Amino acid sequence: MKVYADNAATTKISKIALDAMMPCFNEVYGNPSSLHSVGQDAFHKVRDARNIVAECLNADPNDVYFSSGGSESDNWAIKGAAYLMAKKGKKHIISSKFEHHAVLHTLNVLEKEGFEITLLDVYENGVVRVEDVKNAIREDTALVTIMYANNEIGTVQPIREIGAVCREKGVLFHTDAVQAVGHIPVDVKADNIDMMSFSGHKFHGPKGVGGLYCKKGIRLPNLIEGGAQERNRRAGTENVPAIVGMAAALKDACDNMEENTKKLIAMREQLMEGILKIDLSRINGDREHRLPGNVSACFEGVEGESLLLYLDLMGISASSGSACTSGSLDPSHVLLSIGLVHEVAHGSLRLSLCEENTPEEMDYILEKLPPIIDRLRDMSPLWEKIQKERGLV
Amino acid sequence: MEYSEKVMEHFVNPHNVGKLEDADGIGEVGNAKCGDIMKMYLKIENDIITDVKFNTYGCASAIATSSIATDMIKGQPLSEALKLTNKAVVEALDGLPAVKIHCSVLAEQAIKAAVKDYYDKNGIEYNPADFEFEEHHH
Repeated sequence: MKVYADNAATTKISKIALDAMMPCFNEVYGNPSSLHSVGQDAFHKVRDARNIVAECLNADPNDVYFSSGGSESDNWAIKGAAYLMAKKGKKHIISSKFEHHAVLHTLNVLEKEGFEITLLDVYENGVVRVEDVKNAIREDTALVTIMYANNEIGTVQPIREIGAVCREKGVLFHTDAVQAVGHIPVDVKADNIDMMSFSGHKFHGPKGVGGLYCKKGIRLPNLIEGGAQERNRRAGTENVPAIVGMAAALKDACDNMEENTKKLIAMREQLMEGILKIDLSRINGDREHRLPGNVSACFEGVEGESLLLYLDLMGISASSGSACTSGSLDPSHVLLSIGLVHEVAHGSLRLSLCEENTPEEMDYILEKLPPIIDRLRDMSPLWEKIQKERGLV
Repeated sequence: MEYSEKVMEHFVNPHNVGKLEDADGIGEVGNAKCGDIMKMYLKIENDIITDVKFNTYGCASAIATSSIATDMIKGQPLSEALKLTNKAVVEALDGLPAVKIHCSVLAEQAIKAAVKDYYDKNGIEYNPADFEFEEHHH
């Protein structure tokens, strides 16, 4: 059996998205900036896509800008807001410890340029506290940027409440909603969001396309200069097929969200229950405020990369936040941010589901996982120590 | 990042996994915080390594380097085993990704630590400089 359980990394493009894209390669292939009818056909495709995306997010279409993906949108919003507000003498930015690197590394760059960064705690349950945001806001705060849902442990943040605090204090609010859009209801107006990043390939759209919602009146400086595309805000000939595919995928995801969510939560709970039957295992992040398809677990005494490669041999695609999979020497900053010690964080496993997964696949994962954990623990000197320490042998 | 076929072969079916209850020398290197620990057990007769087993906590390359390093010293005289370098281990595995080279260093150190343990237990003299290596810090 083949089970793809790494949908937080990327998803398979949906048939609906693919079908919408195909004519844009060789039929409606014009440049949307061209005034002839071939170009205008492409222009209409992009316009329609923008309207669809805007409707899904409850945004004004004029506030939706297409980009190359989540990372670009994060860079654009955060750097843009920082430089915009610095002109008014505001150089303080509030974020959280477990943001995506597209946010954290952007903040590192700004810090070197003289901005002051406050990273809020996310506590053991992986949820930012609204009170902490409120208390951290100062006279010179330029921006608050907090992710909508965490990519590793799936916890959903109180975005609406944080947005309300920012509105009240008159501070710009950006959210990296790459893991949320298309998965849980997102409404930029009700959620009090000023800027929001999203990415097509996280909800069965194509890779290399995403967007930034930027509320009217916020004059972000451009990240990419050039032609007049995206209303002079983001240059470069539009990636028409990708934009059209992303819009189709998002509409499909939003139309079926309620039904998909029910199905996903049932599979998620099935997995979590099964995982917790394994000795010295734990589920990371709040059990309630989490994405419908996210399961994040740790197994003491095993190392995540070995675990994920043995799962791969069984046809199961998953991911891990262990140091060895990140290419760095420390385990994931997300797992450390919720207070896990290094040796526990090294034994992490993330299973991220989509509506195409089945309960039978969950059974299969739960059948294959325990013997792999046993095998790794059998050869682990760390497990031997843990057992001795806890009096298990 | 990509592993060679040889690494995957040794990771999927590692050789010499286990413990030797009557080991003559035991060496353990690495630490849990860094995500890898290697423990090697040696059975030694007349200065020859007659049997070797390992237990490893770590990533695929840590398991693969333990497996191939134990193969390389099994049946060898101690003098030869002590000459095993991490470079030789990497070559035997048809290469390791740059971020995984430290696993091969651990394998070399685990063998040395086990031999040193044997020397210490049996009052055999040795030059301490031959067994000096930096603690495994990332």
